[in-house]
Amino acid sequence: MDRAHPIFDTTASWPGEGSSRVPFWAYTSEAHYKRELERFFYAKHWCYVGLDAEIPEAGDFKRTVIGERSVIMTRDHDGEIHVVENVCAHRGMRFCRENRGRAKELLCPYHQWTYSLKGDLQGVPFRRGVRKDGKINGGMPADFKPSENGLTQLKVARRGGVVFASFDHDVEPFEEFLGPTILEYFDRVFNGRTLKLLGYRKQRIPGNWKLMQENIKDPYHPGLLHTWFSTFGLWRADNDSQLKMDAHFRHAAMISTRGKGGKVAEVTAGVDSFKESMKLNDPRLIDIVHEEWWGEPTVVMTTIFPSVILQQQVNSVSTRHIQPNGHGSFDFVWTHFGFEEDDDAMTQRRLIQANLFGPAGFVSADDGEVIEWSQEGFEQKPSHRTLVEMGGTDTADADHMVTETLIRGMYAYWRKVMGE
Amino acid sequence: MTSQIYTELLALYADYAAVVDSTDWNRWPEFFLQDGAYRLQPRENFDAGLPLCLLALESRAMIKDRVYGVRETMYHDPYYQRHVVGIPRLLSVTQTEAGEVIEAEANYIVFRTKRDGVSEVFNAGRYRDTILRTPDGLKFRLRLCIYDTEMVSNSLIYPI
Ligand SMILES: [Fe+2]
Repeated sequence: MDRAHPIFDTTASWPGEGSSRVPFWAYTSEAHYKRELERFFYAKHWCYVGLDAEIPEAGDFKRTVIGERSVIMTRDHDGEIHVVENVCAHRGMRFCRENRGRAKELLCPYHQWTYSLKGDLQGVPFRRGVRKDGKINGGMPADFKPSENGLTQLKVARRGGVVFASFDHDVEPFEEFLGPTILEYFDRVFNGRTLKLLGYRKQRIPGNWKLMQENIKDPYHPGLLHTWFSTFGLWRADNDSQLKMDAHFRHAAMISTRGKGGKVAEVTAGVDSFKESMKLNDPRLIDIVHEEWWGEPTVVMTTIFPSVILQQQVNSVSTRHIQPNGHGSFDFVWTHFGFEEDDDAMTQRRLIQANLFGPAGFVSADDGEVIEWSQEGFEQKPSHRTLVEMGGTDTADADHMVTETLIRGMYAYWRKVMGE
Repeated sequence: MTSQIYTELLALYADYAAVVDSTDWNRWPEFFLQDGAYRLQPRENFDAGLPLCLLALESRAMIKDRVYGVRETMYHDPYYQRHVVGIPRLLSVTQTEAGEVIEAEANYIVFRTKRDGVSEVFNAGRYRDTILRTPDGLKFRLRLCIYDTEMVSNSLIYPI
C-alpha cells in the first residue's frame, strides 16, 4: 500500500479548488452525514412534507420525515395545515404509527398525553394528582405549564397544493428559498389547481442521499442509461434543452423538449442502450397528449435541495421525496398525482405512463441500481474522488445537456454550507 | 366439478410460478387474455382505494413490452428469484357469456438472491385473480398482485 495515499484517510480535506472533483468520503463519512442533517435538513432549508390533497378533511393526518426526524402533517378544524414533530413532550416517544389517518387530537398511548392537531398539549392524566383518603397523591409540579410543553411545531409553507416545513423558524420565506427562476418552474406545475392523489410507490436505495439529487441534476446520463429515453426521443443529447439554477446553485431545473427519436449518428452511434428496431406492442405506454400548461417543454425535472424532486415527464407527474437513513441509504417515496380537471382517459394515461417511473419503472429502476453501485465504489476507497467535468469545471447555466454543471453547482453550495 | 376446477387452478398457479422463476419470460404473457391485465400494487394504495400501481400492464401486448424491457433495456443487478405460492382459495365460479369465470386468490412470497448475496425475502403479497376458461385453457383476465412489502428493496425488475 502507498503510505502517502492511504485508502481510509480521516483527515482528508476537499481535493483542490472548485467542485468538479467530489471526494468519495463526501458519501461515506458518517460525521459529514450528521452535519448535513443539521445544516441542510434541520436548519435554513424548507423540506418537503406532502400535498394538501393527502389530507383533504379536518382531522386528517399524514406521517412522514424531514431528514431522519419523524413529523406529522395535520389538517386542523379551520382548514389550516400544521406540521409537528412525532416525539411526545413527556418521555420522547415516537407515538404516531400509522401512515395516514383521521383523528380529533394526537394521542401518545404510553401515558395518554393528548395534543391538539396544532401540537399544543391538552391533556395530562393525573396532572393535579389523585385524591385518596383525603390526600392528593402525585401530580405534576404546580409550576408545570402545558403551554410550554407541546410538540415541536414547525414553520409551514404552502404553495399550489404542496406543503413544505422547517424546524428553523428563522428560515427565509419559501419563495425566496426557491428563488425566482425555480419558483417559475414550481408554479408551472402547481398553479393553484386542486391536485388529485393517485398513490404512492416506495423504495429503499442503498446509496448516499445526495446521489439522487445528482441523478436528477445529471442530463448527461438519461439518453445513455435509459433505452426508452434515447429510442423514443424523450430525453437525448440532441433535444432542445436548458439547465437552470437558483442564485446559490442548490436547486435546479432541467428543461427539455421531446425530439423525434430514431437514429442520429452523433447521439446514438455506439450507444449500447439505443435500440433502433424497438417498437412497442402496446403504444399506450407512450401515448403522449400535450397539456396546455406545459408550454413548449415536454419535460421539466426540478430538484429542490435537499429533500425533493418534482417530476413532469410528459403526462406523468409526481413528487419524489428523499428520506435519508444513514450515510449509505435513503428511502425514496414517489407520490403520483393528477389534476381535478383530468377526465378518466387522462387519469388512465398518467397511470400507464407511470410504468416508466418508480422502483420498477422502465426508466427509473436503472437509476436506483446505478446509485447502489456508485455507493459500493465509494465505500471501497473513500480517499478517491469522482470526476464531474463533462462540459467543463464551471457552474453556469447551460442551453444543452452535455454537461454536469448542475452537480458542480450543488457541490459548490455544499462546500460553502459544510465549511469544506 | 369443483375439485376438478381446483386442480386446474393449482396447475395454473404452479405453472405461472415456474415460468416467472425461470428466465424464460417470453412465456409469461401467454398466461393472459389478449385484453388481460397484470397489476402489481402496493397494499397501501389498494387499501386506500388509490389506483396507482408499481406496474400496470393493461394488455398482453403491454406485458410483452415489459418482457422486452426486462430482457433488453433495463440495466440491473442480476438476481435469481424464487416464488413460494400458498394454497389457493377458490372464491367463485360463474358462467358468463364469455365463458366460465373463476375468482381465486393465493398468498405468495418471492425470495431474491443476488450473485454475491444471501437469499432475502423480496416481496410478500397476495394474488387476487379473475380467470377465464378458454379453448387454450385458463387465462388471466386480471392478475392483481397486492404486496405488503411496500418498501421495495431498491428495484424490482422481473415479473412477480
Ligand atoms: Fe436516470
